Amino acid sequence: MTSIVDSLVKSFSSFNLDIAVLLPVITLIGGTVIFLIMAVNALIAVYFERKISAFMQDRLGPMEVGIFGFKGGKKFWGGIGQTLADAIKLLVKEDILPNNADKFLMILAPFIIFTGAFLTFIGLPFAQNIVISDFNIGIFYIFAMSSIGVIGVILAGWSSNNKWSLYGSMRAAAQIISYEIPIGLSLLLVVLVAGSLHLGDIVQWQADHRWFIFHSPFTFLAFFIFYISTIAETNRTPFDIPEAESELVAGWMTEYSGFRWALFFLSEYANMLIVSIVASIVFLGGWLSPLQIFNIFPDSWLILDGPAIGLFWVLFKAVILIFIMMWFRWTFPRLRVDQLMYLCWKVFIPFALANLFLVSLWELIF
Amino acid sequence: MTFADIIKFVETKAAGKSSIIEGKEVILVSPDNWVEISTLLKNESKLDFDYLMCISSYDKGDNKTYGAAYNLFSTTINHYLEVRVETEDGTAIPSVTGLWQAADWHEREAFDMMGLQFEGHPNLKRILLSEDWDGYPLRKDYKEPDYYRGMPVPKDKTYWD
Amino acid sequence: MEEQAIAKSVLETGEMVLNMGPQHPSTHGVLRLKIHTDGEIVSKIEPVIGYLHRCFEKHCEYLSYEQIVPFTDRCDYLASMHMDHAFSIAVEKLLDVELPERVEYIRVIIAELQRIASHLVALGTFGLDVGAITPFTWAIRDRERILDLFEALCGARLLYNYIWPGGVSHDLPPKFVERTLDFLDYFDPQIDEFNNLLSTNKIFIERTGDVGVLPPDVGINFGVTGPSLRGSGVNWDLRKNEPYSIYDKFDFDVPLGEGTMGTIGDTWDRYYVRVLEMRESAKIIRQACAQLPDGDVHEAIPKKIRPAVGEVYGRYESARGDVGFYIISNGKNIPLRVKMRSPAFCNLSVLSEIAEGWMISDVIAILGSLDIVLGEIDR
Repeated sequence: MTSIVDSLVKSFSSFNLDIAVLLPVITLIGGTVIFLIMAVNALIAVYFERKISAFMQDRLGPMEVGIFGFKGGKKFWGGIGQTLADAIKLLVKEDILPNNADKFLMILAPFIIFTGAFLTFIGLPFAQNIVISDFNIGIFYIFAMSSIGVIGVILAGWSSNNKWSLYGSMRAAAQIISYEIPIGLSLLLVVLVAGSLHLGDIVQWQADHRWFIFHSPFTFLAFFIFYISTIAETNRTPFDIPEAESELVAGWMTEYSGFRWALFFLSEYANMLIVSIVASIVFLGGWLSPLQIFNIFPDSWLILDGPAIGLFWVLFKAVILIFIMMWFRWTFPRLRVDQLMYLCWKVFIPFALANLFLVSLWELIF
Repeated sequence: MTFADIIKFVETKAAGKSSIIEGKEVILVSPDNWVEISTLLKNESKLDFDYLMCISSYDKGDNKTYGAAYNLFSTTINHYLEVRVETEDGTAIPSVTGLWQAADWHEREAFDMMGLQFEGHPNLKRILLSEDWDGYPLRKDYKEPDYYRGMPVPKDKTYWD
Repeated sequence: MEEQAIAKSVLETGEMVLNMGPQHPSTHGVLRLKIHTDGEIVSKIEPVIGYLHRCFEKHCEYLSYEQIVPFTDRCDYLASMHMDHAFSIAVEKLLDVELPERVEYIRVIIAELQRIASHLVALGTFGLDVGAITPFTWAIRDRERILDLFEALCGARLLYNYIWPGGVSHDLPPKFVERTLDFLDYFDPQIDEFNNLLSTNKIFIERTGDVGVLPPDVGINFGVTGPSLRGSGVNWDLRKNEPYSIYDKFDFDVPLGEGTMGTIGDTWDRYYVRVLEMRESAKIIRQACAQLPDGDVHEAIPKKIRPAVGEVYGRYESARGDVGFYIISNGKNIPLRVKMRSPAFCNLSVLSEIAEGWMISDVIAILGSLDIVLGEIDR
């Protein structure tokens, strides 16, 4: 696997630049790419979330705002420019800081959350060679970076000086930290079988053998534990108790507005993309084509199995997973905080531990 | 039981403690006897008025007599009774919150709107109006204040049309 | 010793007072709940009401009986027809008028349609309270059809001023009965769909089953009425127990809470009683539409309402429970005193009794299941 940073270094090496100049340039390019991915992801995901919810609820969703003169009319594409308009609205909104808030922490908190999501993208491959920087401990890095966000959540709730925010952040802290355990245990399963923390190696193992979700009954179960736990990790319904809008007004985001709130929003959708891509890479074969499983198609069909088609398959699987997350959100009620903890500590963690043990046995036997 | 039966029963248990208002199917009780009568109505198994529907306060119009009308119902026997307790010169009416929890908020409302005092109510304070309201608005002699907390109350209502 | 004191001061865990409302998404209006919490557990609830007080009873002392009807609309704005009907029944009792058959049938049809509309809002917002958003829009979509019917009936969609003492303001518009029956045909399968989406959802049952149990005797003692009391298994429905209007002519059941998903009287029972009641209302409407007689709806409306000296307590089963109007007349065209017994007022008073000891999320679910309308509580 070659990463974007590697290829940039290679192509810039002909200029014979000093490393002190080269490094910021490459960092800047990489950062811009990630930011663009996050922004575009949020724009598209928000639009689809609104449209999907609208269709589930017998509404039309956004229908008025067009983009570049394209209005879409009374079709699915109606209101395609709505999220862009919303983003602009958020950016020009008055920025409110409560009088008694801890202003430094309150300003800092959204950036911590944003940084957590941002850094995760560095190690996240979108296809075989489309990754900003290729870590050999990629899965560990992603797992570590994605848990930075909770610090920002706690700070945001605490510094807002609002009881609802405090409740939200306390719930978020308990929830996110708890659900990291089943996520970690499920990923450990894969690492155990593939024998590597490198995401490229994990996909290679799946190319050589089979997708991890079909590896054994235990990994099949582990995929669902992982997926449901990541929904909890990203604070989506039915696990959105930290921001439960009918209980805690908006939870830890209550006092935020404008640009800082937009950062939360951006990070939430970025996190959705991250966990979906991780799930599709680790369990669903990543950039491998699902057509390969069935072995009924002639090999010539797979001639496009390069980085481009790989990107398509990763995003295709991720989008399906994101769609299911949205489907959940617009169908299910919300769990109570103790039921959420029960689900994690008394259901997921024991099952994940048993899985780990049984997969080890499976590996020994077969 | 019909109204006549209820009256007869109440008379045998507590003679002379209540009277019937002329021409109406309503019992009138003085505040002094209200504790005894209300306990009888609630706890006597032949009456069993377990459901206090409403307490309506009213003003007799002579600036000193105020009353409370209690609408009682028995969900087990399906009979209905209206009892009135009238007080003069601000005498307190015994509270019936101990018998019917429903009386809690209704008595607070009667206090809030009509200024009836209920003796033994656990938390007799204003319920619908703000704590610092002056006077009792449903009394016939209530005058709109000119100012509320320094804010002038609009008296000229011609622009309402 | 000193260390202990320091440890105590640092680790002291006190109660936190949380002001829920008056501006809160789930208090169904401007209700304020002063909640004492220990972590997530609620140890004490003090409801503070009166933010929407509009001096209804004071207004009534300055308005003639006809003029009061629009004001009753605004008390329970989700079931305005019931308020009109309740007030009209009380005034008719005072006046002792005989109503034409057709008026009674129209009133029953309208009242039951209104009951469905009101329950739809209650169920939808209850879904919102526990975090499900889609049931709300589905409920509102179906309610819209009822509002369309009402719009055809009297031109208004929310505050109707339709049922007047002695009659109704307009006769039924053409094809109203057909449109109503069409709606019922459409609506019956919607209830099943609604049940699939929300009522039998596992998470929903986890959230509502066994939560906030209202024992029957406590409910009666607090004056809780309507679906909230029937959820506790008390067979108490004025339409059956004290039939007013012409409800004794119809064949319908009173759904009661059975504890299907937990204990009798839990939040789920209170919720599900409303779902079942919508079916019963549909049953009544079908019967009434089939028997609807002809006649003049205006013939019994008095030219001038001037009741004799006296008082009356009129009772009515609204969507939220037992509405009472205590009217004292002094023989003029303006009542001396109108007191409204609002069902949600009494239903809300039981909240602190049944919701203490549960979590914040449960308080919201319990509050939602009591189905309060602040306009009616504060009047």
